[in-house]
Amino acid sequence: MRNAFLDTLLDLAREDERIVFITGDLGYGVVERFRDLLPNQFLNAGVAEQNMTGIATGMALSGKVVFTYSIANFPTLRCLEQVRNDVCYHDANVKVVSVGGGLSYGALSVTHHAVEDLGVMRCLPNLLVVAPGDPAEARAATRAIVEHPGPCYLRLGKAGEPDVHETMPAFELGRAITFRDGSDVTLISTGGMLATAARAADLLAGQGVDARVLSMHTLAPLDVEAVVAAAAETGAVATLEEHSIVGGLGSAVAEVLAERGERVTFKRLGLAPGFSPHVGGQSYLLAQHGLSAEDVAGDVRALLAGA
Amino acid sequence: MTTGPTEQLARRIRRHVVTMTNRSNASHVGGALSMADILAVLYGEVLDVDPARPQSPDRDRFILSKGHGCAALYAVLAERGFFPLEWLDEYHVDGGRFAGHTTHTAAPGIELSTGSLGHGLPVGCGMALAARRDGRSHRVFVVISDGECDEGSTWEAALFAPQHSLDNLVVVVDYNKIQSFGDVADVIDLEPLADKWRSFGWAAQEVDGHDPAELRRVLTAVPLETGKPSCIVAHTVKGKGVSFMEGKLQYHYTPARGDELDRALAELRDEP
Repeated sequence: MRNAFLDTLLDLAREDERIVFITGDLGYGVVERFRDLLPNQFLNAGVAEQNMTGIATGMALSGKVVFTYSIANFPTLRCLEQVRNDVCYHDANVKVVSVGGGLSYGALSVTHHAVEDLGVMRCLPNLLVVAPGDPAEARAATRAIVEHPGPCYLRLGKAGEPDVHETMPAFELGRAITFRDGSDVTLISTGGMLATAARAADLLAGQGVDARVLSMHTLAPLDVEAVVAAAAETGAVATLEEHSIVGGLGSAVAEVLAERGERVTFKRLGLAPGFSPHVGGQSYLLAQHGLSAEDVAGDVRALLAGA
Repeated sequence: MTTGPTEQLARRIRRHVVTMTNRSNASHVGGALSMADILAVLYGEVLDVDPARPQSPDRDRFILSKGHGCAALYAVLAERGFFPLEWLDEYHVDGGRFAGHTTHTAAPGIELSTGSLGHGLPVGCGMALAARRDGRSHRVFVVISDGECDEGSTWEAALFAPQHSLDNLVVVVDYNKIQSFGDVADVIDLEPLADKWRSFGWAAQEVDGHDPAELRRVLTAVPLETGKPSCIVAHTVKGKGVSFMEGKLQYHYTPARGDELDRALAELRDEP
């Protein structure tokens, strides 16, 4: 997803000199091309995320379309108040990009686990929160947020994620993509968990369960219609996210279902709140936290059995 | 004291500030008074801004990073004709127009909402960098407080600006020596403050922040050194202009109350 984003942004920036890319001193091996081709649209702000975000706001208020770029929690939680007061309050045309959402940098320790970011960011006024499901969605999302004149948070995985979509469907911010239709249950995923959701749906199909899969690439504003339709049409909903089950997709969907009074069987699948005690890479950690495709399929079956 | 137009503007700012904060029983009168001369010189003689074209792309940018002093900013903007003077009656009151920290949505001429300290200088860096890259010649002026120099983000920006030779950026430190809960020297001593900025790569000068002639001299001489951002450490007195408020921490919190209002306004009368 990282490379899909960077390649797309470079293409766009070559056509649109308003686009500025600011890195918080990260991107070794992947950002040099942008820097060398478009030096006047590139900035390394150093290891200073508060200043980076303030600079981005100042440039955006001067007519630029500014991307801030760092990893994990550095462009979000580290400078949260700058995102809130400077970017969001001024409705500044700043796109905050985090590479390494979730457990992408899992082995680097809890400091690099970005697993509360979606919950925190989706509370902020004026901010679009976007977490693409695969590289194709990341490309489409990058184009869409450049077109959107206002603050965005773009949460990416790292690199090397599989292409989940065989052909890219129409992408619209705030509109979930129905990756697979189904009638027994809906799996709503956000971010890179789309691949897991797709595999879990395959497993479930082999066990006689017809699962709908939605890629909820935009968390804020949430596609309420798609959530309500899923509840009404399939009767059971499970959310899937590489994030704490507190505050993120699961919470957002639960809010909709509760307030709409939908009679639906519901389960949040994600990370239990807390700091992970495990050491290991992304796949290992996801398995440790019960988020393999097999685990997800099992949880969905249990959900339906209890209904 | 001479009574040129800038001195008169400073006195009018102070009268507005004392009246506005009295009316709404608002805090932060001391820090608004301490920068009245700085704002009078900036808006009276230095800034290239036009109330008729507040969004002109070539305007000089002014950021009040110490947003708690906003009564003085609102006052000077009204005096310069950005909006009617009567709007000042709506400061910090229920249903009013102006909240107690600088708010960009409240009126024309306000570049940035502030109130949490340490935000203004980074944004100023971004504005200055954008101007540089776009080949525009306007300047960016940021007024920060001394207490605000405790914030790490201020020094992140202080490191950044010289790296990019932002000599279109000017920071003025309203160094009134009193921060929120004590004397600066006792809380987090900033000295040697001008040398700190110099060591970061800024061209810095210290001035009497209540002497319009000195302020005029430095603020019209920016950049103080070609290729470097400018820092003006303005030595000021909290509560300046109202004798019983001067140098008193109390007036970070309480406005002129009761007969203090008349006493304050009497001290701020224009000389005949």
